[in-house]
Amino acid sequence: MRKKTFPRGTHPPEYKHYTEGQRLEKLEPPEKVFIPLNQHFGKPADPLVSKGEEVLLGQKIGDSDELFSATVHSSVSGKVLFVKEHPHPLGSPALTVIIANDGKDTPHPDMKGTKDPFSLKPEDIRSKVRDAGIVGMGGAAFPTAVKLSPPKGKAIDTVIINGCECEPLLTSDYRLMLEYTKDIINGAELVRKAAEAKRIIIGIEDNKRDVFELFKQKMNGFPGETALLKTKYPQGAEKNLIYALLKREVPRGGLPFDVGVVVQNVGTAKAVWDAVSSGTPLYERAVTLSGPGLKENKNLLIRIGTPFKHAVEYCGGLKEGANMLVMGGPMMGLAQWNLDTPVIKGTSGLIVWEEEAFPEEFPCISCGRCVSHCPMGLVPTRLMNYSRHGYYQEAEKWGVLDCVECGCCQYICPAKIPLVHWIRVGKNAITSMKRKKKS
Amino acid sequence: MQFLIPILTLGLLGLLFSIGLSFAYQKLKVEEDPKVEAISEVLPQANCGGCGYSGCRAFAEAVAKGKAEITGCPVGGEDVSQKIARIMGTEAGKAIKKVARVHCRGNTKAAREKGIYLGITTCHAAHIIGGNKECVYGCLGFGDCVRACPFDAIHMGEEGLPVVDADKCTACGKCVDACPRDIIDLQPVSQNIMVFCRSLDSAAAAKKACKNACISCGICVRACPEAIVLENNLAVIKDYKKIDPEKIPAIEKCPTDAIGRITKEENHEG
Repeated sequence: MRKKTFPRGTHPPEYKHYTEGQRLEKLEPPEKVFIPLNQHFGKPADPLVSKGEEVLLGQKIGDSDELFSATVHSSVSGKVLFVKEHPHPLGSPALTVIIANDGKDTPHPDMKGTKDPFSLKPEDIRSKVRDAGIVGMGGAAFPTAVKLSPPKGKAIDTVIINGCECEPLLTSDYRLMLEYTKDIINGAELVRKAAEAKRIIIGIEDNKRDVFELFKQKMNGFPGETALLKTKYPQGAEKNLIYALLKREVPRGGLPFDVGVVVQNVGTAKAVWDAVSSGTPLYERAVTLSGPGLKENKNLLIRIGTPFKHAVEYCGGLKEGANMLVMGGPMMGLAQWNLDTPVIKGTSGLIVWEEEAFPEEFPCISCGRCVSHCPMGLVPTRLMNYSRHGYYQEAEKWGVLDCVECGCCQYICPAKIPLVHWIRVGKNAITSMKRKKKS
Repeated sequence: MQFLIPILTLGLLGLLFSIGLSFAYQKLKVEEDPKVEAISEVLPQANCGGCGYSGCRAFAEAVAKGKAEITGCPVGGEDVSQKIARIMGTEAGKAIKKVARVHCRGNTKAAREKGIYLGITTCHAAHIIGGNKECVYGCLGFGDCVRACPFDAIHMGEEGLPVVDADKCTACGKCVDACPRDIIDLQPVSQNIMVFCRSLDSAAAAKKACKNACISCGICVRACPEAIVLENNLAVIKDYKKIDPEKIPAIEKCPTDAIGRITKEENHEG
């Protein structure tokens, strides 16, 4: 069979063997959980609880009236200790609800399932998804309810379920697909119903052939197919995946529903099924703990708000030479500085490295490798130079805002120039200038 | 006779064009204010944009039209504003010299670092990923302000904080715009009591992050309640003029040196 793919991109070593064979284990919740109110793309939620209040498992503790926002739920039962600033994986501290766990996991009475989820109306599915605080679990944490409600006049015909997991080292999605196959397919069907689409395509990279065969069997009776994709980074990036499967190009500055598509991660599909069928909000997610700096590598189901320290200790702790912890995959993940930082809805992995030396930057030799590998068809070296010297308007003209920060250019750069960081500087400068102009 | 034809045609054409040109000159004449030229000549021609206009010429035009203040050029200072006043035929009035001041004392000794920062060594780049120091309000110490200064008036001090040379500083405001954390502002050069902190953290968090952070203890507020107030865990000087010079020693009792007199090193006199 011909494998589908997109142009350009790169193929870093996979290192999936560290955790491929590790079953998902449930990690016991810690004594204290730290649940940030800002775990998604958009406006942070406002706290609904205050200091000293008793909360139950799955109780809504944060909500917002804004469209681009998501609800936040308690991942344990117990007492709220504080609502205050706490280290956040995205860098700056953010408002966090700190809850002391009473160890009972008393469920909230609102967690009620539906007997026949497939007979629900699209609006009902959407409102259940919103109430469960589901966001895109591939890492970007885009509110799922927003994705499922396209603006008027834009019909969705295809739902793509993203099972690529193209980041090296990460295997949490792979394990989910292997162990929760039925849940994911059911979730995909619900997503299809909610988006009023015609068919489902499940995209899986060819390094996960066992999962591909499994899905092919179990997809019987559902309107859709399973597609095999070439193992290449960033195959799981939304816009590249749409191109690989349907040969449709998302317009510049546009979103997938501009070409009639909704893309959901396999983890999101499972979360949608859980939310609709059993009423369980998103308070737990699969996380890969891997990397040469960890004593044991594992795949864990971790409650949202669990500090990194608790998860790392469960894996036997850090090795002596461990000096870098990254949240997410090695290509797009964010380096962390504090082990008290909690796991959030977008945490797909925790990677610990033992680096002997960090790369030194050399001048650009104009080899053009970044250009020939950029999956978005941009010119990273030019964008970097414009951002570096403050020519932000030029950078915008050359498409700096279209960069998805996948990191291919920086990975491939023989001069080890921090291209992505410079591009982010440019993007930040442009967006803040626009914000200033508006106000 | 043939040679006469080109001479005549060209001569006629030349006459026609010259009539057209002289007519256009009369009709489309642009009256330029001679003041613009005169003002432009006395300006420093640094084209820094500190006045808020796109260059010295644009500023001169604005002054001639009465749109900009005569004292608007921060670089030229009093000298230039006197000259402009003479051209405009008015009084310049007394301009107060302002200088850029850095409101952070989180130097390498005082402020705690989060970890090893391996990213790009500019303040802007460090700021968008949360910074290299535990304090998210303080100076990042990579010198975006130093690079932004067109007058060589700001330098990185030995302790990792920028130092402003008050003599060279022209208050053009480039460093104020360059700082991603908004810790530089322009203040009258005579004002020597300042709050050297912008941290809005609670006392415990601020103290943990930096030895020189304002811990909102309120000693300065009690010493001089008419001028200093506490806002969001931070002491703020509301009205500098109301500070009684006799009360300065009491204000200087700040346990973390977050408020007080500007030191000689910070004023680049040492």
